[in-house]
Amino acid sequence: MLSKIWNKLNALSSRKPLKYTLYLSAIVIFFAVILIPPIIGILIKAPTIQNVINQPTLMNTALGAISNSFSIGLIVAAFDLLAGVPLAWVIARGKSRWLSILDTLADLPFVVPTAALGYSLLLFWSSGGGISSFFGGSIISPGWLLVMLLHFTFSFPVVVRIMVGAMLDYKMEYERASRTLGAPPLTASRTVTFPIIKPSLIAAFSLAFARSLSETGATFIVAGAVFMNGPVFLQTLSNEFKNGSIPLATYEGATAFASIILIVVSLAIFSLIRIFGQRVKLPFGHGLPVFEKKISYKKGEWSRNSIALIVFIFIVLVPSLFVALPAFQAIASGTPLVQAFSGSGIWVNFWQSLLLSYGLAAIVTVLGIILGIPMAILLARKTFGNWLSSFLDTLINIPIIVPSIALGVSLKFFWQSIPGIPDLLLLIFAHLAITYPYFVRSMSAAMERISVDMEEAARTLGAKPFTVFRTIVLPLTKYSILSGAIIVFTRSVSETGATLAVTSKLQTAPVLLVTWVNSVRGSIASIPGVNSLTVGLACGILILFSFIILLVLRLLTTKGKA
Amino acid sequence: MPDVRIVNVTKKYGNIFALDNVSLTVRDQEYFSLLGPSGCGKTTLLRLIAGLIEPDSGEIYIGDKRVDKVPPEDRDIGFVFQTFALFPHMTAWGNVIYGPKVKNYDQKQADTIGHEVLELVKLNERLSAYPNELSGGMMQRIAVARALAAGAKTLLLDEPLGQLDAKVRNEIRYEIRRMAKDLKLTAIHVTHDQAEAMSISDRIAVMKKGRIVQIGSPQELYMNPSSLFVAHFIGESNFLEGYITKTNGYSEVELRGGLKIKAVTSNIKQDERIVLAIRPETCEMKLGYLSTENGLLGRIDKITFEGTYVRYEIRLENGDRLVINRPSLTEEWVEVGEKVTITYPLEKAHIFAYPEAGLTEEIAV
Repeated sequence: MLSKIWNKLNALSSRKPLKYTLYLSAIVIFFAVILIPPIIGILIKAPTIQNVINQPTLMNTALGAISNSFSIGLIVAAFDLLAGVPLAWVIARGKSRWLSILDTLADLPFVVPTAALGYSLLLFWSSGGGISSFFGGSIISPGWLLVMLLHFTFSFPVVVRIMVGAMLDYKMEYERASRTLGAPPLTASRTVTFPIIKPSLIAAFSLAFARSLSETGATFIVAGAVFMNGPVFLQTLSNEFKNGSIPLATYEGATAFASIILIVVSLAIFSLIRIFGQRVKLPFGHGLPVFEKKISYKKGEWSRNSIALIVFIFIVLVPSLFVALPAFQAIASGTPLVQAFSGSGIWVNFWQSLLLSYGLAAIVTVLGIILGIPMAILLARKTFGNWLSSFLDTLINIPIIVPSIALGVSLKFFWQSIPGIPDLLLLIFAHLAITYPYFVRSMSAAMERISVDMEEAARTLGAKPFTVFRTIVLPLTKYSILSGAIIVFTRSVSETGATLAVTSKLQTAPVLLVTWVNSVRGSIASIPGVNSLTVGLACGILILFSFIILLVLRLLTTKGKA
Repeated sequence: MPDVRIVNVTKKYGNIFALDNVSLTVRDQEYFSLLGPSGCGKTTLLRLIAGLIEPDSGEIYIGDKRVDKVPPEDRDIGFVFQTFALFPHMTAWGNVIYGPKVKNYDQKQADTIGHEVLELVKLNERLSAYPNELSGGMMQRIAVARALAAGAKTLLLDEPLGQLDAKVRNEIRYEIRRMAKDLKLTAIHVTHDQAEAMSISDRIAVMKKGRIVQIGSPQELYMNPSSLFVAHFIGESNFLEGYITKTNGYSEVELRGGLKIKAVTSNIKQDERIVLAIRPETCEMKLGYLSTENGLLGRIDKITFEGTYVRYEIRLENGDRLVINRPSLTEEWVEVGEKVTITYPLEKAHIFAYPEAGLTEEIAV
């Protein structure tokens, strides 16, 4: 029966109408679910800004928070490049067998859901038990510096991943040519390698910046009461509204105001990066050939590599995993472990939230793949012509660029005007909107690498379009589909900002974790049964689960490549 | 304008010897080719000379200077890559003056050098074009100009003509040789194309499986190949298997099927198995079975008209096959199936001991 339907569809697939219907529905769903609702949502609420225009204190707080968001994002992205590029260099160029371990370690902060990462950093830098204990107390108290460290830590793997990929794709012949023409290694990198991989540098910078703008949950944990950025401001508004300290009008007005500014400024900055990125010609200036020559060889290289490794290990790796310590303490002390696995007391909520997080991530991943593949083909094959493809290409990026909490707020504004929409559906829409671009990007890049010739060859050999997809495209892109799926899954599990914005009823794991951490720190009314050991254990379990899932997926991908 | 000396150089990739204890001297101002099938180690050797890879053991000298620990940028070499490796983010002109610039010359000097080398490669248009806008031939010229502008004394060329179509290839190969000679450079040219190597080189090193099997001028290699491999790889050869039956001033060889012929004496002893190599163009062909000394009798199996030559494939009476080439303009018209007698000058047939690994393995490329 099923094969009959398949054959029928396959036969139909060589007819243009079916093909176009499929592509068109991908576009329509993209606009209807992902792009238009938040835009309309924020426009609906735009008039409410009137309500806060005459509250200068609130306005100033909002503007201050937003400018903090952008300055932290830009500074962090710059530091990410400074530290990430040398590490990527070591990973991509080194010959040691140990580098594959380093490569995996560099991905670790990916695995740690950002909320757990935030707690981990808090413990490491500013509690009595972490590195601080050596200095007799907290060395970095919650505030802007800790926020920067946090953002640096979670966006670092993004930069390393992109740059390792770029360096592996880069044709070494260019650099060799430069060397034979008389350039010392550093001069060769400055004048040839980096200018050629400039698009990847820009992409890495942009993504690190975007990640920093969007992160909410962990930032909320490490910001303390003294520091606010955009997402923290929005979250605080929502909390204040819930506990009745501000009226609805102020809440909606200020939320719309901050969201609109966040969205507009993000779009403006990313357009600028895009335009200037293309305009800026590398290398600029003459450099200092003599100086470069001096630090090009053994000693210079050695110290560069060492600094890259030290930064990675002590600023990224150890602080990220520090939360394992209370997790082990909790295991050692026994009671919390028994409670956790018997699911008594507060742990009922924990397991429910975990189930919700992973279930949600799974649904979003499957939907993302189904909706993303036609769009990816459309972009890669330019089915509807160059113009429409590049237009869609730009639009696809918007959900990445827009801070996720602002996206969530806008979505909520739209859907709440339609009664009867369950929160779970909203949550799926929000996560889909945030993760969809990542999948489409990864998939369409993979499609572009497959020569059209291969598809055409299959057609001339008698394969119908569906069969071509099943027998040629799918086998050749399945690892990109898988790696795209991994990104979607982990992003969804980590996502806090949009989740908080669209629902207050459903608690995903990171949202629960943020609440617990805040309860431990006393910034909200304390929850009975929640203490530092339980939080540590909860983080540990979350990390462990994510790690296992990621490991399985990674094994699947590497197995296929070998 | 130095000589280049390679002394006992070995390079391994895993367990495979890319170069196995290779020694070689390229003379000052010589145009030298490294020739061999793919995977023979010729490119590895060139990259070692350039310093793009390091040897596991052995020494490399350019001029009097030992360079195997010197980075490529300090070796005064110019390297032309097979893919040209023109920097895609710079214009043709930017590529050409890249060398002088990174060597910290001032703008005026760089410009002068740039114009000089472009004069040499006869290219003074489209200098503001980016590499992806240039034709293969132009990219090639820019690649050579760029290597020369860096002040190279030794020019290393890695299959520099491989990416070009046949007509352009033939033109450019003579130009490169002329330039190298005009500038008194030592040039080392890697190729797998024996016709290319023969037509431009002063001397050629034929390589196989990480070793140099023979070094000599094109004529020497062609006339006196030292091995079956060279006889097969340089030009074309017919191989007839047999035994030495007598050594007495000359060798008497018994081919398959009991056919006895004479051959020039070699140091191979009586009763040993041999292979006789005869070049197709040294053979004469007469119609009918004639009783000549050293005549090989057979029938024409196939005739191919190749323009300059007519190529005959002949099945000998003993079942062996033989190819001969005759100049087409002087040939009489013959037909497939006709009986013919093949003769050749004795001294043009070379005797080789039958290779231990078998003939097919020995000549495999």
